[in-house]
Amino acid sequence: MTSSPTSEGVSGARIGVVTFPGTLDDVDASRAVALAGAEPVTLWHGDADLRDVDAVVLPGGFSYGDYLRCGAIARFAPVMEPLVAAARGGLPVLGICNGFQILCETHLLPGALTRNESLHFVCRDQRLRVETADTFWTSDFEPGDEIVIPLKNGEGNYVADERVLDELEAENRVVFRYLGGNPNGSRRDIAGISNARGNVVGLMPHPEHAVEDLTGPGTDGLGLFTSALTAIVNA
Amino acid sequence: MTSDLDTVGRATATPDTDQPWRDLGLKGDEYERIREILGRRPSNSELAMYSVMWSEHCSYKSSKVHLRQFGEKAPETDALLVGIGENAGVVDIGDGLAVTFKVESHNHPSFVEPYQGAATGVGGIVRDIISMGARPVAIMDPLRFGPLDADDTRRVLPGIVAGISGYGNCLGLPNIGGEVVFDSCYAGNPLVNALALGVMKHEDIHLASAKGLGNKVILYGARTGGDGIGGVSVLASETFEDTGPAKRPAVQVGDPFMEKLLIECTLELLQAGLVEGIQDLGGAGISCATSELASNGDGGMDVALDLVPLRDPTLSPEEILMSESQERMCAVVTPDKVDEFLAVCEKWDVPATVIGEVTDTNRLRITWHGELIVDVPPRTVAHDGPVYNRPMARPVYLDALQANTPDSLPRPRSAAELQDTILDLVASPNQASKAWVTDQYDRYVRGNTVLAQPEDAGVIRVDEQTGRGVALSTDCNGRFAKLDPYAGAQLAYAEAYRNVAATGAVPLAVTNCLNFGSPEDPEVMWQFAEAVRGLADACQQMGTPVTGGNVSFYNSTGDTAIHPTPLVGVLGVFDDTDRRTPMSWGIDGELIYLLGTTEDEFGGSEWAHHQGHLGGLPPAVKLEAERQLGQILVAGSRDGMLTAAHDLSDGGVAIGLIEMALRSGTGARLWVPDGIDPFVFLLSESTARALVVVPRSEELRFTEMCGARGFPCTRIGVVDSGLGADLGRGEDQVVVIGNVYGEDLVLGLDEVRSAHSATLPAVLG
Repeated sequence: MTSSPTSEGVSGARIGVVTFPGTLDDVDASRAVALAGAEPVTLWHGDADLRDVDAVVLPGGFSYGDYLRCGAIARFAPVMEPLVAAARGGLPVLGICNGFQILCETHLLPGALTRNESLHFVCRDQRLRVETADTFWTSDFEPGDEIVIPLKNGEGNYVADERVLDELEAENRVVFRYLGGNPNGSRRDIAGISNARGNVVGLMPHPEHAVEDLTGPGTDGLGLFTSALTAIVNA
Repeated sequence: MTSDLDTVGRATATPDTDQPWRDLGLKGDEYERIREILGRRPSNSELAMYSVMWSEHCSYKSSKVHLRQFGEKAPETDALLVGIGENAGVVDIGDGLAVTFKVESHNHPSFVEPYQGAATGVGGIVRDIISMGARPVAIMDPLRFGPLDADDTRRVLPGIVAGISGYGNCLGLPNIGGEVVFDSCYAGNPLVNALALGVMKHEDIHLASAKGLGNKVILYGARTGGDGIGGVSVLASETFEDTGPAKRPAVQVGDPFMEKLLIECTLELLQAGLVEGIQDLGGAGISCATSELASNGDGGMDVALDLVPLRDPTLSPEEILMSESQERMCAVVTPDKVDEFLAVCEKWDVPATVIGEVTDTNRLRITWHGELIVDVPPRTVAHDGPVYNRPMARPVYLDALQANTPDSLPRPRSAAELQDTILDLVASPNQASKAWVTDQYDRYVRGNTVLAQPEDAGVIRVDEQTGRGVALSTDCNGRFAKLDPYAGAQLAYAEAYRNVAATGAVPLAVTNCLNFGSPEDPEVMWQFAEAVRGLADACQQMGTPVTGGNVSFYNSTGDTAIHPTPLVGVLGVFDDTDRRTPMSWGIDGELIYLLGTTEDEFGGSEWAHHQGHLGGLPPAVKLEAERQLGQILVAGSRDGMLTAAHDLSDGGVAIGLIEMALRSGTGARLWVPDGIDPFVFLLSESTARALVVVPRSEELRFTEMCGARGFPCTRIGVVDSGLGADLGRGEDQVVVIGNVYGEDLVLGLDEVRSAHSATLPAVLG
């Protein structure tokens, strides 16, 4: 699919990347997985088969054209059935942008992503604070780390009722917060959250676009993928 | 319904029936010519086909005689794998890789219906790229509007930008450049040009032809609807009038999700070797695809039009032939591969239907429920349209316009006046930050974007192993072309060439989108001929072939034509994009050099425009100097001598410096060289110039290289983050320009940034 750095697959870890019709950032996610040292494995929306992967990335894009509601159709794809079950059983799953929206639609994560407050699509290099290292996807960070990764969405405005927001904060499940201006109106500046167990993480910004100095604002995004790798190898 | 069907038989039997050729955009002599070709009156379906295919937009009937120069004057080159005339030209970039790139106009649809017009402009150019067998990897959108605060600009701009954003982002193509220009000449006729870039291996090139007797013709993609009927004829090939029927139905409606599926599906079909010939359906829809495929192949094709899947079952055969519904492709497939072809389409949820087959009759025959409604020689539809040698006349106003130089305008005469002028310019709509627009575009998707706007050129990595890649820039200053269309086209070329070279890429090939007024106006036709001659001459001299292009006529506001706007796109190649030169400088102590010579040249300049003045002559064209400058910029990048580089054009040294300082967020100290007027030094728009930033360790090597080539290079400044503190302004980053009428001109970057970034949001929200 994409180029392989010398380190690809040395860990023996296999991370699946799902392609739905309309998925766009699958090549980027696969590249990030490879750069982190794992083997990217292509997963097809129409196959109810996770191909024995150790973790899964739901990449960004416009699955099914965002028709009806972002992620609303993708959640019914055949691949989602084994994926949801495995995630409930502890399989590390990262949802990026449209992937985050799909995770909310499947109720693996609470809340929903609605239209940006500005009503415009926004693409920019976004500063974030890593709020917790207690997830499978952030263990290589320290709480309080500030990172810059690209953000690009039209419907990234995270909403949930006050009770859920309080609960997320109380349980240390707000994983990333926006710094330097909230780009889409998200409640409490939330950029990413996790489930209670910390194996399922969703975020709107795109860590897979910050894995090479040449093409990204830096390489801060790589940490999410190496974190998963650490968790898999140590498991 | 069938009883109303105007069959070929009926057309033969009723030669005197009145036909609506005029409403379809045909002229009297063109209609007569069709009757002559067929030896009878055309059936209504045939008339529909000829009307769209012989439209200005499809047939290039007014421009053809001039565009030939791009071929006749083409420089010797091995770089061109496919030349002008195919869907898009193909350029060899080395290592067995090739790129194809093309720009097209979608001006009129975007005026009538901004969102869909602009969206389908992106969709159409992307299908041109995939029908060459290439994977689309980037897009760019050069846009031109009336004054920023004009009511109509506020109507069309947000819709056009949202359309490009909505469609392009959903396709997963990074938008890496383009332009946003405001000028009253575009009020009521915005220019929406769309460029796409595709990548392929040499062996993957596909061409549009229907070869092989008995091969099947498959229509795949979206169903055909009633949108975009006559888009190329009644919409793109006429001037707007206030009266007359609404033209909104002539605009197409896009579905980017279907287009994304179509891209992946088509690339899989091509990779699997299932396709003999392929053509996208854009302007003139099925009429264009069938007649072009047939005439480029073995010469005949039978099509059963009633098999075309429809969104609206009430469409007549004439409407189906003329519909420009989006996201459709047509392929020619050998009979043994049809099942496999259909299976790939099913995998991608793309509807596909066999609608006909290749014949050796030299006729394109189309039936409707078994009755023959079209029976024509396909070449007469696709290629043998009328050709006009339109009358030309040098505009009567031109002498007076050129005589009215900006020399009489009052010039700033002190550091304070010059500071006000510069701050004014930085905040003027044309120089202000375009982030309001470009932040709505995804520039990251696919992960190969090395540089994107506001850098000089968009840079895309093509090969992840070697770093091989390309740079692309589109440019045009319509004011220069108005003052002198021959020079204006060359200046557009020179600026795009310089932008590409500034990033470190070697300029290799050229595309264009020629936006002009009505070809029926001899003065416009003269402008067009001059611009084409200028561009062809420049390309010949510089050794960069034109790979293809597009002409858009009938761009006027009322009776007044737009400024001639010959947009030029230059493509450059990198051995390794890791060597690219960005526009932001680095650390304190790095040295700022001006390359090239500055003359007192303000005709058509941004400064004069800001005073409401247009007159005089544009800056001198210096193609040999551009070539030398390009070589220096490329060598500087390749040998690691440059931290940053930036092309100088609109607003000269002052705007160039400010853009670099804002991009890097660091101040600098500069000084105006002795012997030149500070105003001229800072704001003249002399060509063949660039600013470069050189680390101290490379200074000697760099200046010796320039010296050896005899190219002027002048040290004018140094990067310095501590000037704010020196001036008692703490951590503020400050640009200080010394020797300005005996004083220092001080620009605080925070102040400049607010002025620069506030203009568009203040009007657009």
